[in-house]
Amino acid sequence: MPDTTVIRIKNLSKQFNGVEVLRDINLDIKKGEVVSILGSSGSGKSTLLRCMNYLEQPERGKIFVDNMRMGVNESTNKPMTHNQLAKMREKICMVFQNFNLWPHLTVLQNVMEALLHVKKMPKKQAKEIAAEQLEKVGMEDFLEQYPITLSGGQKQRVAIARSLAMSPDVLLFDEPTSALDPERVEEVLMVMKKLSQEGYTMVVVTHEMEFARMVSDQVVFLEKGKLIEKSAPEKFFTNPDAIRVRQFLKLDPQ
Amino acid sequence: MEDWITIWEARSIFIDGFATTLGIFLYSSFIAFFIGLLLLYFLENSNKNWQYLIMLFVNGMRTIPFLVFAYLLYYGLPELGIRLDGYTAGLVGLALYHGAYFCEILLSRRRVMPNGLIEAALAHGFKKKTLFVRMILPNTVMNSLPLIGNQLINCLKDSAFLSILTVEEITFAANNIQSVHYIPIKAFACAIVLYWAITLAIEFVMNKLIKIGNQKGFNHA
Repeated sequence: MPDTTVIRIKNLSKQFNGVEVLRDINLDIKKGEVVSILGSSGSGKSTLLRCMNYLEQPERGKIFVDNMRMGVNESTNKPMTHNQLAKMREKICMVFQNFNLWPHLTVLQNVMEALLHVKKMPKKQAKEIAAEQLEKVGMEDFLEQYPITLSGGQKQRVAIARSLAMSPDVLLFDEPTSALDPERVEEVLMVMKKLSQEGYTMVVVTHEMEFARMVSDQVVFLEKGKLIEKSAPEKFFTNPDAIRVRQFLKLDPQ
Repeated sequence: MEDWITIWEARSIFIDGFATTLGIFLYSSFIAFFIGLLLLYFLENSNKNWQYLIMLFVNGMRTIPFLVFAYLLYYGLPELGIRLDGYTAGLVGLALYHGAYFCEILLSRRRVMPNGLIEAALAHGFKKKTLFVRMILPNTVMNSLPLIGNQLINCLKDSAFLSILTVEEITFAANNIQSVHYIPIKAFACAIVLYWAITLAIEFVMNKLIKIGNQKGFNHA
């Protein structure tokens, strides 16, 4: 059987000022899988996600993306240069909680920007791809607008299109709906559901239980930096092994 | 009335002075702005030692009066065997001095620039140079336009000191005319009008840029 692992995390640990925020995490993510990362605030789930594209650097452990070691040159065992890191990050794009659209660029330009200046694509081709991805997220009527004029949900859909345009191997979502009001949450989740059906590999840090249950192939739970549950959604939401998860989901009668 | 005729007859001195001031202002402020950008780039992308040296330069410039710095270049450097004429010393002085200020202005915007904007670029594979040119540069410059305009006016006004280094600019011209014809009020009034005209032009250009910035969704300080 061919190895279809896109992200492999081995014995990952990370500290902030001496406080361990991730402890010995192991996780494999296969091509086409949707993995939801749950946990209470401060459990380290965002940090875990941010280690995957090396926005945070772990102290110990290894991360492989497409069998390539992230952040470290395997042959020399030295940290990667910024440019090498940039090259790897093209393959794993991230959608942020606060959208982080580039304020000085229009919707269309936001999506074209990395195609033009990272992938060095000709303008015409970049524009076609950007328009196509914006249509996919339902933002084709807003091409010339600046981010400041958009609602949160619209901004997030543009951010998703921006990542999609790079045709990455993995999409990372860092609490993509946490900054949105309940009505806007739905429009973003709809887009994400669609992407999962199209076979994108997605890692999603979220508090949306219903979404995690419906869309995920694996659900993992972090507690104080430890990965304490990793199972398919049916098992996770009905009969998880870890007591803490049962508490979190309020499965056992008090 | 006679005095104004005297000034009118000496107009070529004022015109030459105006041209000199305008030239030295445009050159020096252009170079100064470039120095400011360059320093910001190296503050962003170099090691601690370089960063320390750059901040030493920036803070050093901010602690000395411009005139003292200009004296240092004009009278001090020859002692080390480097002789600059008044114009060159003035140009170098203005460029370095205001370059430090431009760096400080841009840096203050850089410090408050949302980190998420940078992270989004990094997460999409931006290299350092592209990140600077495409993200940091437009957002720091466009968001500090009012401060940049103010600094340009300061740069223009500092150029008046160069009359002491024998640069024949507006102040030099006015001083020349008033000492020959004993008409200080009218001579300096002319100088004021000329400086004012350049200042208005600077403000006009900056307001245009600010307008463009507003249309493009930049927020201003």
